[in-house]
Amino acid sequence: MRFGFTKEEEAFRQEIRDFLKKEWKPEYNGRTPHELFSREFSKKLASKGWLGVGWPKEYGGLGRPHTEQLVFSEEMMRSRAPCGAHILAQNMVGPTLIRIGNEEQKKKYLPMILSGEVTICLGYTEPNAGTDLASIQTSAVLDGDEWVINGGKIFTSFAGEAHYIWMVVRTDPNVKKHRGLTMFLFSMDTPGVEVVKMDTMFDYMQCQVFFDNVRVSKDAVVGELNQGWHYLTTALDHERVFMGGVVAAHQRLFEDIVEYAKTHHRNGKLISEDPIIRQKLAQLKIDLEVGRLFAYRTAWIVGQGMTPFVEASMTKIFTSELERRLANTAMQILGLHGPLLEGEEAPFGGYVAWEYKFSLMQAVGGGSNEIERILIAIAGLGLPRP
Amino acid sequence: MDLDLTEEQEMLRSSARDFLTKECPKTLVRQLEEDEKGYSPELWSKMAELGWMGLVFPEEYDGMGMDFLDLIILLQEMGRNIVPGPFFSTVITGSLPILFAGTEEQKKKFLPKVAAGDIVLTMALTEPSAEWDASGVQTKATAQGDSFIINGTKLFVENAHIADYLVCAVRTKETANPEEDISLVIVDTKSSGIKCEVMPTIGADKLCEVVFKNVTVPKRNILGEVNKGWATIAKTIQYATIAKCAEMVGGAEASLDMTLSYVKEREQYGRPIGSFQVIQHYCANMWTNVATSRNLLYQTAWKVSEGIATPGDVAITKGWINEAYKFVTERAVQCHGAIGTTRDHDIGLYYRRAKSTELAFGDIDFQREIVAEHIGL
Repeated sequence: MRFGFTKEEEAFRQEIRDFLKKEWKPEYNGRTPHELFSREFSKKLASKGWLGVGWPKEYGGLGRPHTEQLVFSEEMMRSRAPCGAHILAQNMVGPTLIRIGNEEQKKKYLPMILSGEVTICLGYTEPNAGTDLASIQTSAVLDGDEWVINGGKIFTSFAGEAHYIWMVVRTDPNVKKHRGLTMFLFSMDTPGVEVVKMDTMFDYMQCQVFFDNVRVSKDAVVGELNQGWHYLTTALDHERVFMGGVVAAHQRLFEDIVEYAKTHHRNGKLISEDPIIRQKLAQLKIDLEVGRLFAYRTAWIVGQGMTPFVEASMTKIFTSELERRLANTAMQILGLHGPLLEGEEAPFGGYVAWEYKFSLMQAVGGGSNEIERILIAIAGLGLPRP
Repeated sequence: MDLDLTEEQEMLRSSARDFLTKECPKTLVRQLEEDEKGYSPELWSKMAELGWMGLVFPEEYDGMGMDFLDLIILLQEMGRNIVPGPFFSTVITGSLPILFAGTEEQKKKFLPKVAAGDIVLTMALTEPSAEWDASGVQTKATAQGDSFIINGTKLFVENAHIADYLVCAVRTKETANPEEDISLVIVDTKSSGIKCEVMPTIGADKLCEVVFKNVTVPKRNILGEVNKGWATIAKTIQYATIAKCAEMVGGAEASLDMTLSYVKEREQYGRPIGSFQVIQHYCANMWTNVATSRNLLYQTAWKVSEGIATPGDVAITKGWINEAYKFVTERAVQCHGAIGTTRDHDIGLYYRRAKSTELAFGDIDFQREIVAEHIGL
């Protein structure tokens, strides 16, 4: 057994930090959308080859081992770098295409993704299919050489900026719901696609996307027909490794808050001298350490060529609930200043106020924590189905 | 990063599990809870034959020369079976200080006997104040010729009633800095002036009151230097805290396993209760607590083994595992329903131990304060 990172891995971390120091200067403002999306920044990462950091070399990637992907993810999260323009393509679409795409699709999309110039959004959730994703109704019907798509998606992040959509569609309504789904990849400029921006508490560029007789060629199908559910549930390796870095973002906020508590007074003494605040911060530190280590384990299992189903679910549950607790305690420590969105009196430029709202998202998205727990119980612990 | 156990560690684990399943059934655990001695000499000598007592001793003291992480794996299995007896006090709190600070002569005198299972040791540290720091040590040792005369009362001394020797923390000086006034001395329990009494506890862990009245101990029994004992004690506590965590993780694993079997079998409303979503959430949360605890335990044990663990690392680990073990055993009883509260049911054995092990070496509030200092608050 050996924990921690090697010298080479730490050297890579330093290289990323140096890069970020030069290329990324965030400015926060709690009133306007938090900076999550920057094409310019994505292109800078692309110029370093880092958008394919974990992809195999034969497809233009750097072929870095999982531990270095983890380091990369940690540094991106820690610096709050804008990853919205590339992250789905980098971690989900690209690696899945490499696995199941045809040669033509690989030739067309992979270099595009690596260049940082295209954004691909993920069309999964529908108004009536959230947690029960396999119940989606958006359908594709073959008409001659073309598929005709009708329906709608919701909570599609960055759809307004996206060039392509990676989407799960019902292609066979007459079989069990999981068996009739197919993955599609096509241009957002296709006639009949309409994007309507949604208004969330945290301005996360979420959209509704409507499909009205959208005609796409047969090339838009990825992998085999009606195998979409399988691809969707197994195409998560890179995502899982990347997720391993998420605690670094929380660690950063935690350090900011600790620093604040050490340098600000309330009721005539330093906030950090209050025994209750000390206990709360110490508990968060414990939780952060536990979450970080478990996320590492999840990433490490991927690196061993195994699939960490339950570990990944648990990491997601644990880190998302930790994020909510952290944001709540952070706001309490900031006191009346916490909710300020901007101006000189707003601590951290209103970032914590934004994070307090945004911290709801992870526990809800990507499989609600309630269903993730049931997956752990059934798939991991062998309990009978409800 | 390499998060796998080695092949040897896997072998140690499976052989320990097989041995304890056979040799330490719950009937024995229950019987020994009521037993005056609290351990089975027969099981004790079988464990010694397997080399467990000397697992981490160097070979020159008849040990097996394995490292702390190996011992952690063994302790995890012992915790899983809640093995009664003086293994922890003899090997961890009793022998490690000798290994850390003993002279060659002291090591040669005690360690091979420990390895052979011939003697029982324990550390006498805490007192009626129930504090873990140096200021809690009020038992005095006064120099007189070639001896020290000890007076005072030690409390919560595990297995003192069956111990052959006590590794005893005594105050040999009075200054403003209590950490510089403490010495460690090996005391033969047959010395005159020692009175020992077992105190019943919910953990059935044979904690004793030991009263010293003018007990004479030769100066050569000092462990390390006079007045410099605290550093050895602190190091021993660091190891012991993580060792205790290993037992706790093993106990939590067993509690989870028992609960999973039960909820798959037990039927209400015509179906197994494990098919209800509330129970599934409980079980997922229990598993989360077990899996995170195990992961954290291994990392910190590895750091201790490598000599790079900080007080913060140890406090984070004990703090987390304290709460995890309690959570898991409390949910375990809840999932078992009323039957889980009966004396005949095994789950209660773990529930009670989760509380007593939490308090050993510091509860969550105590650990959090160490963490707070560690992050510079």
